[in-house]
Amino acid sequence: MTAILTNNSPVLIPLLFLTFGMIIPLVAWKRNNLAWPALMLASLASVAIGVFNVFKVINKGPVHYYLGNWVPPIGIEYVLDHLAAFVMLVINSVAFLVLIHAWKIVPRELPEKEPAYYAAISLMMAGFNGIVITGDLFNLYVFLEISSLSLYGLIAIGEKKSPVAAFRYLIMGTIAASFYLLGVGFIYITTGSLNMADVKAILPSIMDQPTALMALALMVLGMGIKMALFPLHGWLPDAYTYAPSTSSAIIAPTGTKVAAYALLRVLFFVFGVSFVTKTIPMATVLTWLAAIGIIYGSIMAIAQKELKRMLAYSSVAQVGYIGLGIGLANPLALVGAVLHVLNHAFMKACLFLVAGNFRFKLGHSNIFKLNHSIRKKMPWTMAAFTVAALSMVGLPPMAGFFSKWYLALGTLKDSNWHFLVVILISSLLNAVYFFRIIEKVYMKPINSNPAEKEMSVEPTRDEVASSMLIPTLILAAGLIVVGLLNAFIVKGILNFIIPAGM
Amino acid sequence: MIQKDTNPIVSLVSRVVSPFIMLYALYVIFHGHYSPGGGFQGGTMLAAAVLLVRLSAGTELAQLQFKKVWGTLLGSIGVLVYFGTGFTAMLLGGNFLHYETLPLSSDPAVARGWGILLVEIGVGIAVMGILVAIYDDLLEGEPL
Amino acid sequence: MVDFILGHYAYWFTLALLVIGLYGMMMKKNLVKKLIGMTIFQVSIIIFFIASSVKWGATVPILDHGDIEKVHLGMTSAIETAKYINPLPHTLMLTAIVVGVATTGVAFGLVIMIYKRYKTLNETELLMRMKKEDDSDSNQ
Repeated sequence: MTAILTNNSPVLIPLLFLTFGMIIPLVAWKRNNLAWPALMLASLASVAIGVFNVFKVINKGPVHYYLGNWVPPIGIEYVLDHLAAFVMLVINSVAFLVLIHAWKIVPRELPEKEPAYYAAISLMMAGFNGIVITGDLFNLYVFLEISSLSLYGLIAIGEKKSPVAAFRYLIMGTIAASFYLLGVGFIYITTGSLNMADVKAILPSIMDQPTALMALALMVLGMGIKMALFPLHGWLPDAYTYAPSTSSAIIAPTGTKVAAYALLRVLFFVFGVSFVTKTIPMATVLTWLAAIGIIYGSIMAIAQKELKRMLAYSSVAQVGYIGLGIGLANPLALVGAVLHVLNHAFMKACLFLVAGNFRFKLGHSNIFKLNHSIRKKMPWTMAAFTVAALSMVGLPPMAGFFSKWYLALGTLKDSNWHFLVVILISSLLNAVYFFRIIEKVYMKPINSNPAEKEMSVEPTRDEVASSMLIPTLILAAGLIVVGLLNAFIVKGILNFIIPAGM
Repeated sequence: MIQKDTNPIVSLVSRVVSPFIMLYALYVIFHGHYSPGGGFQGGTMLAAAVLLVRLSAGTELAQLQFKKVWGTLLGSIGVLVYFGTGFTAMLLGGNFLHYETLPLSSDPAVARGWGILLVEIGVGIAVMGILVAIYDDLLEGEPL
Repeated sequence: MVDFILGHYAYWFTLALLVIGLYGMMMKKNLVKKLIGMTIFQVSIIIFFIASSVKWGATVPILDHGDIEKVHLGMTSAIETAKYINPLPHTLMLTAIVVGVATTGVAFGLVIMIYKRYKTLNETELLMRMKKEDDSDSNQ
């Protein structure tokens, strides 16, 4: 039995989530509250298999798994190398912690819809894991659409304006996936193969045809829309704001990162580093768009009134960091970008869980209505928020500092001083919009207004339940731990992800 | 769609033709490896056979042919048949969807043919269930 | 020049459908017409793939049982691939059609939810009603 599990471990996680996506409606047919335990079982198993995969890759090197035992390039293969194992572990563990938080808040926000909601989450996780591990271009399209359709459903379930936001996201997401499919079609017509490693071997012989350039442009465009690269980010603020709390908390750390991972695969592992940087300056275009996106996201985030909308624009800026790291195309910047995938997943998940806690207890998450009584009512939540905010700004020893450090070193390598200035300015802008919340909550003494002194009472401790509090605190503590241990992560895994030719 | 007086021709023809459409759909599913066809095409035609009666006789009467609750149920069961074949192949030692290891025939090529047939049947059932479920969901609040 | 236009007529057709689909998605105000534009857009890509699989003078890629028996017995050499059109894009497009159907299903579910909440399917009217709802919410 264990031999079966270990030999087939690359393919087990997407399969597990797909199967549970079908089992959850059957199990929860009569009783709605059997849906959450079934999903937690799948999520726990996926974290365990993810850890096992990471150790397997570190000990033995990359693993190739053939579906149906058909040898590529005829068959579909799944490639488990260091980058795939790392990203899979990150998204599965963040999803597990967010789903612990979902136990209390989903029955409050979405009564009676739990089996369908958890089944959609399971299908979405299957799609994300499939995108990360596959080694076939068309299989990536299939998993991209599986995850996208579940995403549209997860966003539309919320209140008031969420169907319109989901509709807008549907139109843009379908255009993105269709452009990607057209790019795959161009590659298939000229090279005759759909396997990523095979296309990389054949591509140098057709490099000078305009088909290769069009394929690259279409695929970057498609993945850019999914990744919310500026100026293709239009769907993101509405989609993250109006979704229910658990949806935003599970989509924001994982969705755009998986699309950035797919962009990385297509740029460096299919087309090759020299084609993307020297023959056609696609990487330079990417860096400039990402830099403008960083500044734009940070400035728009300062102008927002609501916490979730501010975090959505902040996500646009953070995805700009990852795009900048990918576009710079040198080893330090790439390590910084992939480390930022881990850090941003933890930070954004923690921040969206804090927003969920606010909505659970206070009924809103409007920044201007937060006041000083919250530091007495919800002290642990505010502590987690402060740790995550400091990490977003980039203060050591929190994790956010180290990924920005590697990115800064990457910009210095080819003397791109302008990008270093962009990183520093955006850190200052991050400080502006996070510190105003911290100032509102912490810096004003209670009962400073003399008119309030007679009639106000001391606010009592009204913290959220522990099943919602513990994931928030684990994520916040995890930021400090990842920051302190980042040397191990870089030396152990991230040094092996550098593609050939960089 | 409130029908005050149902047209007898439409009602009779749709009731008589629907089983033949299902038979043709089964033919399309089973001949997927040899002629154009396969799981998805056959499943769509099965759904068309069910939807024909729903459109002509009204949703309430059509529950006699295919109840509403079976839509999502059949969808899940069809996908589980698909994954069951793949998992059985995995448990018997091969990779996922490695049909040679299934004990269906001694010749590997014929075993693969039978394995694909099982998978196509699963897909057909799933597609029929889901398409009928989509139609029922879209018409949920409408009278009749 | 004539060869450029008439020789590639399949790809011109694909381009025309793609542009019509994009025009429908961007310029039409009704939500259902946007969905129709999206369907036309997806269909154009399907036609592109299928147009790329055709060969001159080739027939349907279905092997007779007689041919397979002959190859197994060694009487003829391997099957000539130039006589049959490429079946791989057809199978890929089956998946793409299924994805299109599923997307249309989800999209119509969303359209019905929007109609139940806002009672309109026109985009300008919808934006006005959303703004009114926003103002009444912030006044509470």
